[in-house]
Order: sequence, then C-alpha cells, then structure tokens
Amino acid sequence: MAKVSIIGAGVVGLCVANELLARNVKVNIYDKKTEAGPHACSWWAGGMLAPFCESESAEEEVCRFGQEAAAWWSKRTNVINRGSLVVASSRDGSDFNRFKRLTSNHELISGESIANLEPDLNDKFARALFFENEAHIDPRIALRDLTNQLRQAGVKISTAEPPRDLSKRIDCRGLAAKDILHDLRGVKGEMLVIRTNDVSFQRPIRLLHPRLPLYIVPRGNGVFMLGATTIESEDRENVSVRSMLELLSAAYALSPSFGEAEILEIGVDLRPAFKDNLPKIRKIDNVIYANGLYRHGYLLAPAVAKQVADLLLNDTAGEFVDENYH
Amino acid sequence: MVMFYGTELESRLMLGTSQYPSPAILEHAFKASNASVATVSLRREGREGAGQPFWDIIQQLGVKVLPNTAGCHSVKEAVTTAHMAREVFDTPWIKLEVIGNTDTLQPDIFGLVEASRLLTDDGFNVFPYCTEDLVAADKLLGAGCEVLMPWGAPIGSGMGLNNEYGLRALRSRFPDVPMVIDAGIGLPSHASRAMELGFDAVLLNTAVAKAGDPVKMANAMSQAVTAGLLSSQAEPIEPRDMATPSTPVIGQAFLS
Repeated sequence: MAKVSIIGAGVVGLCVANELLARNVKVNIYDKKTEAGPHACSWWAGGMLAPFCESESAEEEVCRFGQEAAAWWSKRTNVINRGSLVVASSRDGSDFNRFKRLTSNHELISGESIANLEPDLNDKFARALFFENEAHIDPRIALRDLTNQLRQAGVKISTAEPPRDLSKRIDCRGLAAKDILHDLRGVKGEMLVIRTNDVSFQRPIRLLHPRLPLYIVPRGNGVFMLGATTIESEDRENVSVRSMLELLSAAYALSPSFGEAEILEIGVDLRPAFKDNLPKIRKIDNVIYANGLYRHGYLLAPAVAKQVADLLLNDTAGEFVDENYH
Repeated sequence: MVMFYGTELESRLMLGTSQYPSPAILEHAFKASNASVATVSLRREGREGAGQPFWDIIQQLGVKVLPNTAGCHSVKEAVTTAHMAREVFDTPWIKLEVIGNTDTLQPDIFGLVEASRLLTDDGFNVFPYCTEDLVAADKLLGAGCEVLMPWGAPIGSGMGLNNEYGLRALRSRFPDVPMVIDAGIGLPSHASRAMELGFDAVLLNTAVAKAGDPVKMANAMSQAVTAGLLSSQAEPIEPRDMATPSTPVIGQAFLS
C-alpha cells in the first residue's frame, strides 16, 4: 500500500498514525505545525481516562470503548493508575446520589478512607465515590510521546499540502473539517492551569454541583489542571469572567489552599461534536474522516484509531463507522 | 381556549433545552414530550452569534421558541439579552428572568417589574418568571404582561409545588390570566397537580434533562400534563369523609 496521508496531528491524527504504524502501514502526517501545541484542542484536555464517571451523562459506547483506553495508552505514554474520586458538598447530596446511581464500578467511601487517599481534602467531605479502575495521563506529554515514537519510526510531520494523488487520506482535522462535515459543531470549553505546593492531590477529583461541576487533574510538581466549562457556543477566543469565577471558586471550595496558587494558563477552545456527542468515522470520496470526539478525545481516540485502521485495511466497519451518511 | 399572546398551544407542556446529555437526546425527548414550546438561553452562549449551531438545532425541532434571559441578574442584562433573542429567533416572545439570589435563583421582583415595563413598551410579549406573590403578579400585569409564570419551587430543585395555597390563591385572584407553572417540577405527579389546580401550562427542564432516561421521562411528563388538564376540565368529585357505595346496597344479599 502507498503511504497513507493523515491530515491533522491532534490526538486523533496521532493515534491513528500510531495504530497504523503498529500494523506496518507507512504514514505521513500533515498539520499547520510540526509539533503538538495550543492550536490543537487536545492540547487543552484534562487527560482523564474515566470511562465509568463519564457514563453519568455520556452514551453507553463511551464507557464501553473508553475502558480500552488505559491499556492502549500505557504502551505509549505514562499512565497513572490511581483511580479517581468524586465528591459533593453536603448541600448537593442529591447530585451525589444521582451520580452514584448513574455510574458503576465505584466504591462508596467515607472518613478515614477518603483521608488515606487524599489527606488534603481535610475531612471536608463525609463521603466520596472512589473509581479505583480509572486512570489519567498528561495530555501534552502523551502528544509529545506519540510524536516522538512516530518520528523514530521515520514518520514525517509536514506543514506542506498533502499530496493530491490517489494515495489514501485520513482526515483528522477536528472542527476545521466542518467545511466537509457540515453537521459538526463546536462546544466551547474553558480551563485553567495553576500551581501550588500546598495541595498534593494524587488523582483526578470531581466536585459535583448542579450548575458548576469541576474536575481537578494533578499534573505533578504542584501543577493542576482545572476544567472545564461546556457551553453550546463556537466562540473560541473569549474566556468569560463568570467561567473563571466558577472554576476557581469550585477549586477553592475543594481546598482553600488553592487560594494562593499561581495561575499559569487560561485556555479556551472548541470541542468538535456531532449531534449525539459520539465520534463518527465516515468515508466520503475515498477520504476517511474521523471526528467528533467531543469531551472524550483521549478516552476514545484509541478505539477510533483501531476502527479507522480496520476500515482502511480490512474494510470492516466498527461501531463508530457511520455507514448511513451520504 | 387559552391564548398565550394570541397563540393557542396544542400541548400544554413547555420544555427547556439545557443540560441534556446530547442534542440528539434533546430531540428525542422533545418528540416524546409532544411539547409545543422550547425555551432556550442566550446569555452565556450568545456572544456574536456564536451559539448559532445549537440554535439551529432548536429551531429545527419545529416547535415555537421561547427565548429566555436565564443567568441575568440585572434589568440591563435582561433587556439586552431580550433584544438579542428577538434578533436571533425573530420572535417577540421572551421569558423574562431577573435573578435576585444566586442560591435560590428566586426572581428579583422589583427588577422584573421594571424590565417587564421596558420590554412590553418596546413591543415584546413578556412571560415573567415570578413567584406566587399576588401583589407582584398585579404589578406585572400592570407593566403589560399578559401571561404569568409563577414558580412551583426553586429552579432545578424538583420539589414540586412548594406553596400550593399561594398558587391556588394566585389562580383564583386572576382567573383569566394565562399562567404557566415554571420551575421546581421533579415528577409527573407535580405537573399533573399544577394542571389540576387550573394552571394553563407547565414549563420544566431539569426533571427531564437530568433523568436517567430523559426520553422516557419526557413521555411521562407529556401524559401527566394531559391527565391534569383533562381532570381540571372534567369537574372532579369533591372529597368526603365517609364511603359512598357506587351501587345501591339496600336489598342486596350480603355475603360477608
């Protein structure tokens, strides 16, 4: 087979390239930039591999395929297997009960067990849900690791125009592919990166709230990612005061020690999503499009990459392949 | 027939559009609910038309759109958002929310009356989110509102009709004003009760969007609203203390 051209070096493009490489297919990657960076929405992700927590609001496929993610990533980057923790303030007990009811593979823990896992929660929460089998990664390190592995295998990441010949193309441009995938929409997300040595959370923590849910993901060396808003808007430029107030006050509620943390970064970007918020793989005019991973880029990119490879090499259609699309 | 600013609604259920797991589930829930009106917020999504892809989905539901000013805490914000809504959705309808307290999300009645006056003077058809307070209702009608939207309970609380006495008093004080119970509905029985009390419609969002199965709950709400409406038209019996047999007992052979 001639070299396959992959357009887009975000998490989907890099995972597809990596999966094809593992199946001995030669690829070239084309992107605006030769290194992963802020131009890709996967740069701003949380990096939680939390398939069970996600089933609170996501379709069943997200939980099922998401469970493959940690194993796939652990062959390629550092996966931290410390589970994740879900808490709610006592006044939001009904949100806690709802989350508990709609998710699975968790353990209800209290008092000492919470303190053993995360001493810095300081007895603030009487009960928590511990999702022992969940994990997290640092998305920026993951993108860098994938890029390095590809380069070592001789893959070129080029800013040139992809060749206009008969070679196979896989389009992983995210929201930029809206010129072809007209039913793609952007869903705004805002996030922060902060640093403090006063808090030493070991695992992602979600604070439930009826209007302002928050998650905090530790990145090591006192760095934490706070995320993320989900707003049905395609404004990718502006971060609102309200969003920052909400994220920061939720973090402060989790631990007042965040009060003196430094703000390192404020990020905003658009998640590409289809109407059902599930990924879709479409074949249009001999080009394969893989897109719409919404809030689940790192969780679902391995499954999407496998299905793209299966479609390309074996012409078998996995569940994310959208055969009804014309 | 009850008219909402000259419009007759086929179904007495109005459904909000936020917090669904996905727009696809929102669409299915709307179909199952048979709702005639979709409310939609703009305050946070609206900057320079950036919410258009989602608004397109709402407009394709094929129901009447009632934009709202959710998230507005002042008269100025609410009025600005209402103007944006009129442009985006090409409708004079506006569900007016002026929030007075972030914990209970209860309306700021003073701001609500002022914003209602400004907007009705400007040609808007205002649906004010208010409480069961009779005096506030009177002032809102005086400000040009022709529909009232009293709460059942705080937004998203799912507590049902918190002050049934107050709501009944409101209903009987203004028998000819179309009224929609807005906010606080958690269960179909709450929605039925609101209709049994003689309210003209029910507006809810969280109860469906955050249910484990939003589509099934939308169907349940639809049937509950219909049941409540039919019941209010069917002249229900008066409750009484003693049993009354539904068939005559005199002359029958008693076996036990």
